[in-house]
Amino acid sequence: MAARRITSLLSPSYAPALLRSIGHCSGKSTSITRFSTAAALEEPITPPVNIEHTKLLINGQFVDAASGKTFPTLDPRTGLLIADVAEGDAEDINRAVSAARKAFDEGPWPRMTAYERSRILLRFADLVEKHAEEIAALEAWDNGKPYEQATGDEIPLFIRLFRYYAGWADKIHGLTIQADGPHQVQTLHEPIGVAGQIIPWNFPLLMFSWKIGPALACGNTVVLKTAEQTPLSALYVAKLFHEAGLPPGVLNIVSGYGPTAGAALCSHMDVDKLSFTGSTETGKIILELAARSNLKPVTLELGGKSPFIVCEDANVDEAVELAHAALFYNQGQCCCAGSRTFVHERVYDEFIEKAKARALKRVVGDPFQKGVEQGPQVDSEQFDKILKYIRSGIDSGATLETGGQRFGSNGYYIQPTVFSNVQDDMLIATDEIFGPVQTILKFKDINEVIRRSNASPYGLAAGVFTQNLDTANTLSRALKAGTVWVNCFDVFDAAIPFGGYKMSGHGREKGVYSLNNYLQVKAVVTRLKNPAWL
Amino acid sequence: MPAKRIASRLTYNEHTYLSLTISKIMAETHINGNSISSLKIPKIKFTKLFINGEFVDSVSGRTFETIDPRTEEKIADIAEGDGVDVDLAVKAARVAFDHGPWPRMSGSERGRIMMKFVDLVEENLEEIAALDAIDVGKVLSQGKTREVPFGISVLRYYAGAADKIHGKTLKLSSQLQGYTLYEPIGVVGHIIPWNFPVGMFFFKTGPALAAGCTMVVKPAEQSPLSALYCAHLAKLAGVPDGVINVITGYGPTAGAAISSHMDIDCVSFTGSTEVGRLIMQAAATSNLKSVSLELGGKSPLIIFDDVDVDSAVNLALMGGFANKGEYCVCSSRIFVQEGIYDEFVTKIARNSKGITVGDPFEPSTIQGPQADKAQYEKVLSYIEHGKRQGATLLSGGKPCGEKGYYIEPTIFTNVKDDMLIATDEIFGPVICVIKFKTIEEAIARANSSTYGLAAGIATKDLNIANIVSRSIRAGIVWINCYLAFDADAPYGGYKMSGFGREFGMDALYKYLQVKSVVTPIHNSPWL
Repeated sequence: MAARRITSLLSPSYAPALLRSIGHCSGKSTSITRFSTAAALEEPITPPVNIEHTKLLINGQFVDAASGKTFPTLDPRTGLLIADVAEGDAEDINRAVSAARKAFDEGPWPRMTAYERSRILLRFADLVEKHAEEIAALEAWDNGKPYEQATGDEIPLFIRLFRYYAGWADKIHGLTIQADGPHQVQTLHEPIGVAGQIIPWNFPLLMFSWKIGPALACGNTVVLKTAEQTPLSALYVAKLFHEAGLPPGVLNIVSGYGPTAGAALCSHMDVDKLSFTGSTETGKIILELAARSNLKPVTLELGGKSPFIVCEDANVDEAVELAHAALFYNQGQCCCAGSRTFVHERVYDEFIEKAKARALKRVVGDPFQKGVEQGPQVDSEQFDKILKYIRSGIDSGATLETGGQRFGSNGYYIQPTVFSNVQDDMLIATDEIFGPVQTILKFKDINEVIRRSNASPYGLAAGVFTQNLDTANTLSRALKAGTVWVNCFDVFDAAIPFGGYKMSGHGREKGVYSLNNYLQVKAVVTRLKNPAWL
Repeated sequence: MPAKRIASRLTYNEHTYLSLTISKIMAETHINGNSISSLKIPKIKFTKLFINGEFVDSVSGRTFETIDPRTEEKIADIAEGDGVDVDLAVKAARVAFDHGPWPRMSGSERGRIMMKFVDLVEENLEEIAALDAIDVGKVLSQGKTREVPFGISVLRYYAGAADKIHGKTLKLSSQLQGYTLYEPIGVVGHIIPWNFPVGMFFFKTGPALAAGCTMVVKPAEQSPLSALYCAHLAKLAGVPDGVINVITGYGPTAGAAISSHMDIDCVSFTGSTEVGRLIMQAAATSNLKSVSLELGGKSPLIIFDDVDVDSAVNLALMGGFANKGEYCVCSSRIFVQEGIYDEFVTKIARNSKGITVGDPFEPSTIQGPQADKAQYEKVLSYIEHGKRQGATLLSGGKPCGEKGYYIEPTIFTNVKDDMLIATDEIFGPVICVIKFKTIEEAIARANSSTYGLAAGIATKDLNIANIVSRSIRAGIVWINCYLAFDADAPYGGYKMSGFGREFGMDALYKYLQVKSVVTPIHNSPWL
């Protein structure tokens, strides 16, 4: 065990009272020596933040659930309680929707100038920047992701998103249109109304920004349901949003569960738009609820089984590193994870050897420990599911190159796992595992890899690793996926649209495309008398 | 204080020149209108050329005087740049463009630096407004509540646009893949006028900065102070050296050197049609640099019988006398339909007397002095032409006071379309009120001008509004408003009012080159 001594990153004065509820982790270090273990798992590091907001945010106020119920949010490092959070259900959704409705129908938000809205978004981004460390700590604590990734990746992307959308607010352009006949036609791009948004637990902050940024830039009001695993960071930043000048009722947050709060939001008759990120299974339910209620339009960003294609001309060392990051980033809990690594037969053996070595070097440990690359999975359900898939991979005859078990004896840590000799019909090659399990498949020629890559119900993303221009062009056009990264992966700038083909979803988020999700287009046609020209 | 004082403040002053938006901005920028009189005239900090991030003397060592139009006295000696200094500035801009970080950083990073720049401008708003007030007689309260906040909103707009410059992927007609790249055009020369010194500085530099260009700015010799001050703020904000260079000096020397420079890729000019022509000629005879011109105007405001006469009168006073008539979109031809003509004339004569002419630093002042002696004399000579050619002087027509370049708000009636006061851009507080009968007549007469910059329509009738707005040959048409400028609304000229647009994404494209990239593709599953 490399590092038993933990130098706390954190000043003890930050230690929140709630931490008392976190039990001291007992247990000796395990005999695992293959994976780099920079952090001991025995003594969780105290996160540098106080939990201040655990209630629902409705109409600018933090309030208890109507039922008075709460649910526990747990520390994935230990499975123990972080905080009890107000548990919203249908009644709270009703309250939140009517606040959002009133804010939309009568409040200042859609009525102020876009410039003023953009100023509030900019001020919010500045406040998040100022409080970045506390917010990142909440995120890492609740989700289990490395604190350094939260501060280094997620928060900067979050801030960038809001600044980007602040810049869109005053550039939402309809068209003037030349129609046949003596008519003047213009399209007005109007805010759609009350948006219901449901976000997942894998990137709680980033998903907040993808949803809230465009919705608010366009002048809508929102009811947001966070994932029950990760309710904390959204409440914190929402508080800052109000400090930045957001009027009450514009952004309402209901923490709680999908079948209660989530379902109530989806079937609400007074919600004008839904946007969901999460599993394909839940996405289907959401679409159905929208269809059964008021036919609200739905944006879905769902699962994936994204191919990462390493061609014969690739620089293998770079490809290995990129494929590793494409799969293992965020504990493998990415909808666009490069979870089918197709490697050309000429470089396959070398690739396997190096991919295995890289996985063995991956630093797993307490997310608050410096240098840690991989923390625990988010909860016991995910943890169990991933281990089940690993067993299925072994049972179906894939070669387990490394990993395959839990990491340590506490919390939801899983060893970085690599399978080779994976066949297309194995469950580990078809299903979204959402964990640190890399499956490597061999291919011979480009047409074959196109066919196999596309033989999936998913179509979220793809990676292409090649130096050959024609190969890059052919693959980018042939792959049925919403994003193709060429010689890169997981490039998530605010300006780049993201979304799925096939059962990976509907619509696009980010970029200029996302604005369409939150706008109604109204054609205004006026008959012209004696026009000077047409 | 020599100027005439009139106690009642005019209602038109309650209108904003720049639409409701600006008054909201003003509320946000924490302007205290009552603090104006306590403001001291600022110390002049920057009087040298700004080249490659440094304030330097001109190579010749020469200076020129910038004059306070209230007193006709010198404010400061300003370095006088000429061709040699322009060369140095272009060299700095060229190096900054070819090798520096500005075009190489992401649009988002440029946007961040521009946002910092805006924040600094906002922090120093009072001082900047005061510099323009002392330099060209702009009313201080209007600078603080309108021009500078509007400039700020424009700069923020382009900061937000820097990461939204989108080319297209193309639909080609064979086995080809193509896309367009929008690349910064290179080194830009901006030549800006004295009527909105700081506003123009942002209107020009904002989109060019967002595009990733580097630039040489020549402010007008009448108003060098705010540009130098803002260049200093840009440096503080992190705009790299060489990206913005400011050469103060005269048109025939510094301006001509910019227009004919072989290493400037684009020149953007706002000013008179006469000078615009020289600039285009210089561009043609040198390196064929691309040119955008925002020139003069003789903009019509057409008022129909169905309007409320009082509000139409206020609109006409705002459109005609804002900024002492020193602006290119001034509604200097007021066409009034015959049914309300007499009432309109009576009321505008009365209300124009409510415009307080006086020291721009006085809170009660609505109209300050003309920018300089040449302008002052030119305006007075046009008034004489008007009288001599037989127009009726309805009100005003004389200088105010014994010192400074103050002129009474002046209204002529019985103006014939071919009189000089109806054809020429006077650029002063002089408007012509003209009677018309039919909509067709109004359109024909409004369009019979070499200019085509702006137009106003006052009517409640939808069809009239639509017919006239489509028929008028002008780059911006305001219906039941005037001077409703917005960062997102492009404007610019038809005909001899110029070409190219300011504001909106259109202005950004002036500073971008389009490059199509085309490559064969094989076995694409779709085309």
